[in-house]
Amino acid sequence: MGFTVRQTIKYEAETDPGFAPLIKEKRGCEKLEACIQCGTCSGVCPLSIYMDHTPRQVILLTRSGFRDEVLKSNTIWLCASCYECTVSCPKDIKITDIIYSLKQEAIRARAYPRGFPIPVLAKEFYKMVRGFGRTTESFLVVKLLLKTNILAGLKMWKLGLQLVKSGRFGFVPESIKNRGQLQQILERVGEGNGTNGGPKK
Amino acid sequence: MSYAYYPGCSLKGMGRSYEESLLATFRALGLCLDEIDDWNCCGATAYMSVDEDKAIALAARNLAIAEPAGKDLVVPCSACYLVLEKTRKHMREYPDTRKRVCSALEGAGLRYGETARIRHPLEVLFQDVGVEGLKKAVKRPLKGVKVAPYYGCQIVRPFSNFDHQVYPVVMDRLLEACGAEVVYYPLKTRCCGGSLTGTIEEAGQRLAYILLHEAEKRGANVVATLCPLCQFNLDSYHESITRRFGQVSVPTVYFTQLVGYALGCSYEELGLGRHRVPARAALEGAETVAA
Repeated sequence: MGFTVRQTIKYEAETDPGFAPLIKEKRGCEKLEACIQCGTCSGVCPLSIYMDHTPRQVILLTRSGFRDEVLKSNTIWLCASCYECTVSCPKDIKITDIIYSLKQEAIRARAYPRGFPIPVLAKEFYKMVRGFGRTTESFLVVKLLLKTNILAGLKMWKLGLQLVKSGRFGFVPESIKNRGQLQQILERVGEGNGTNGGPKK
Repeated sequence: MSYAYYPGCSLKGMGRSYEESLLATFRALGLCLDEIDDWNCCGATAYMSVDEDKAIALAARNLAIAEPAGKDLVVPCSACYLVLEKTRKHMREYPDTRKRVCSALEGAGLRYGETARIRHPLEVLFQDVGVEGLKKAVKRPLKGVKVAPYYGCQIVRPFSNFDHQVYPVVMDRLLEACGAEVVYYPLKTRCCGGSLTGTIEEAGQRLAYILLHEAEKRGANVVATLCPLCQFNLDSYHESITRRFGQVSVPTVYFTQLVGYALGCSYEELGLGRHRVPARAALEGAETVAA
């Protein structure tokens, strides 16, 4: 009669020691190590009840190198950027900025949860702005629904109809005149990876 | 007084009535808004999630375009306001980022300085017109209008340049000056759900429900907002929210629509007919006074 134990969490040996240093080098993430795990961020977060890891846990997981757990969590995508945690943190950690950096990493690594519409929306938005310089909400919403959930889109017909009737549904894509100039600027600024390059002392 | 004006994409789309009411209100007060030439999307939260460096360059282009006019830049949308302020801050705090962005802009013939003040219309009305100035301009006091002042997140956090980060009062004072009754609404800076209302409905629409339900519970017959996404979320999903969480019926309008109405602008001029939940009943009291 053997008594068996099962490993439920990862050991340090299975984590990625390079992950925390990578995040800490990004703009706004410098104070990652200052977290005292008080949980204020999770307490004030209006969405933490839906998250698989609370913001406090995400900070600790990031710091400890749990790269996959963090990048695959729904937490970073449920963050609506209300900055409540950032302004409440007693250690002045810019938690919202850290979550942005994690979103960027997740998109880069294609690690976001399958079928999750938020990163798809972010990418479609990005493409539209690169191309036209402006967003046309109506086009964006239709594109998102086609890519993620056509059925949900059909269910929204009443709202769509009202938007058309009230003149709020754009049928012509908005665009800036000088698209070439904008693309040149975006090209030239390069892929900086969000790295801070050394903040001002 | 004349200001440079950055509308942002929403005010040309779903948030059209925000622009209509903003322009009408400023006109009625003798303030001039000059839309800056060939502005581009601020990038909002979405662009920042994909590539932050490009997001900063995107926002900096707008600032570089606005600055030569030498005027304050009025930015009505909360997302735009936050992104432009955040860009300023990053450019100030990270010399390496600043160097790269400035050189990209210069290559395209643009110069980034740091001259124009970024201002929200709320701040302009409160500081430049003032409560007393506004009171004098009121032609149709908002009698019987019980309003929940809803600021949302991004206008006060993390850059609160003109009001408190959790319990701001500037809009309260302006609406009172217009004759409205402002109800106690401690949820005034809680998140509306952002884009989650359309992507993760259960989570996003619940946040919208809490805001609407609490406004009704506290006696409001209208919610006033200052962000196109907040207005959309609080106005567009009543049926679905009622089905999921409980009955809601209160309308949500832009604060500029209420102020403009008090200044004597018409229902149509202010784009009040564009919303899903009509606010006509809430404004009835004001009508009686006018007549």
